[in-house]
Amino acid sequence: MENHRAEEEILTVKGLSVSFTQYDRGFGRKEIQAVTDLDLRIRIGEIVAVVGASGSGKSLLAHAVMGILPYNASMSGEILFKGTPLTSGRVRRLRGRELVLVPQSVTYLDPLMKTGQQLTKGRKNPEILEKCKNILSSCGLGLEVMDKYPFQLSGGMARRVLISTAAMEDAELVIADEPTPGLDKKTAMGVMDHFRQMADRGAGVLLITHDLELAVRSADRVTVLYGGRTVEETEAFSFLDEGLLKHPYTKALCRSMPGKWPSADALENDRESGIPDEGILEYMRKEYGR
Amino acid sequence: MGVGRRAHRSGRTGHGTGKTVWGLLAFQTARMALLVALVSILAFVLLSVSPVDPLQTNVGQAALGAMSPEQVERLKGYWGVDLPPAERYLSWAADVLRGDMGTSLLYRRPVAEVIWEKLSNSLWLLASSWLLSGLLGFTLGVLAGRKRGRLCDRLVTGYSLLAASTPAFWTAMVLLMVFAVYFKWFPIGLSVPIGVTAEEIALGDRIRHAVLPAAALSLTGISSVALHTREKMVSIMESDFVLFARARGESETSIVLRHGLRNVLIPAMTLQFASISEIIGGSVLVEQVFSYPGLGQAAVTAGLGSDVPLLLGITVVTAVLAASGNLAASILYGIVDPRIRKGAAR
Repeated sequence: MENHRAEEEILTVKGLSVSFTQYDRGFGRKEIQAVTDLDLRIRIGEIVAVVGASGSGKSLLAHAVMGILPYNASMSGEILFKGTPLTSGRVRRLRGRELVLVPQSVTYLDPLMKTGQQLTKGRKNPEILEKCKNILSSCGLGLEVMDKYPFQLSGGMARRVLISTAAMEDAELVIADEPTPGLDKKTAMGVMDHFRQMADRGAGVLLITHDLELAVRSADRVTVLYGGRTVEETEAFSFLDEGLLKHPYTKALCRSMPGKWPSADALENDRESGIPDEGILEYMRKEYGR
Repeated sequence: MGVGRRAHRSGRTGHGTGKTVWGLLAFQTARMALLVALVSILAFVLLSVSPVDPLQTNVGQAALGAMSPEQVERLKGYWGVDLPPAERYLSWAADVLRGDMGTSLLYRRPVAEVIWEKLSNSLWLLASSWLLSGLLGFTLGVLAGRKRGRLCDRLVTGYSLLAASTPAFWTAMVLLMVFAVYFKWFPIGLSVPIGVTAEEIALGDRIRHAVLPAAALSLTGISSVALHTREKMVSIMESDFVLFARARGESETSIVLRHGLRNVLIPAMTLQFASISEIIGGSVLVEQVFSYPGLGQAAVTAGLGSDVPLLLGITVVTAVLAASGNLAASILYGIVDPRIRKGAAR
């Protein structure tokens, strides 16, 4: 049983740590620990959301898995893709094919290349072109988008073009790095539908976001990060009932969601929640050292 | 159907391009004309406050001393020496616009004719070193910026910094000493062999005479192009879109060829056209070292020999050349960069 589950897992991250070397004043070097001992599992057909404030190491997780960390970063820990270690050689072979990234913003597109060329990666065979057209129309984009440069796309169009780049490959793992900021709720949920479709086709989706509500609504499981560490890993529905959450930070996050704000009365007899009186951020700073 | 669609599309973009480029062209040309006018005013003012005495340089010290005061007065009146500078400038400028740049004192021929002759001598030299420094500088810059901190980068950066801090005339003298004096591979000076009639001069002779000056000019020119291109290439290779291309499984070679070159070409092009002025400036010193009878040397001769009409003419002509380089750069920018072309057309 255990073995079978391991096979189902598309991505397994065990004890991932990422640190940066920075040159300090003078000749001193400084090691900055950005991600510490992070664990994550994504199974087939599953959307796992990683939620955290900015600076919590979310994007670094994505870049570590894709093998595109900056040159001054070093990582340790284990990353398994379909049960086999994802070495730098293997990730170089697989990325862009079995492993795809949906980046944050339009700046990830070449500003001087037409969208169509970027979607097809310059390949010109008819099947690729046909596929590209199908994907664009399924994302609600007209074919004229292919002939446009990135600066001519609106925010929502650019977002859908970025998702189309992922849909061009029949990927088994899709990493979406903040795919929805700047979109209204309806469009954002529409974007999430695309990821759900990819998951339904058998891919694993890693959704990186700071939007807890979006994560709870669209993901199967949610991992909450704070300061580069996993605070809690739980089923998405746990956020519907605060009692199912364990960590005070997660509980506080849960309360911060619209429609979940506790009444003054509730806060008055709030002894059982475990949220410290001093305020959650103060508490986290003490516990996690930042 | 495909053809029809394409024709329609290119027609549309063509129209948009035409509209913006014409607007751009008019604006840039007006700016260039203003610039040249300002340069000529400045040159005129500088020359009019210089100790060059128009009577003495035109007539000669001895002849002037032998003249009676009335004759001197008459000459002064003829040349307008006592007229206010603004009036003199306007009459000179009006003549220049009509194509009359005056007569060179040293050559005793019309200035336009002298400039044309010297310029056509220099043109080979200027054009070849301009192209050479542009192409080599660009290639080196791309190779260096492709991967920051690698050996290739350090070699190119090191060379460029060294070359950029070496004066062109010194490079010229070293080349002269090594390749002309020691190895005797190239002639030590001039643009054609001595003692040969004009009809007997072969193209090969001209090229052999231009090699060392052109090399001296390009060696210095390469460095600024290479350093700028490298800087741009480094920032491209660290950009989000290259990161994404890498995440999409594109190879490093494909990234350099598909994304790197595309994005670095536009700034490099601007730099290349803007560097025309640097090449002209460098040619003044280099031509002096090689006794190359080009525009640069004519400028030095005119300056030392108080040949005011020639000096003014050369100043204006080089200003026009340099400004046309900048003009060409901004026009090409508008044509090549879709963000300007389509952005302005919208």
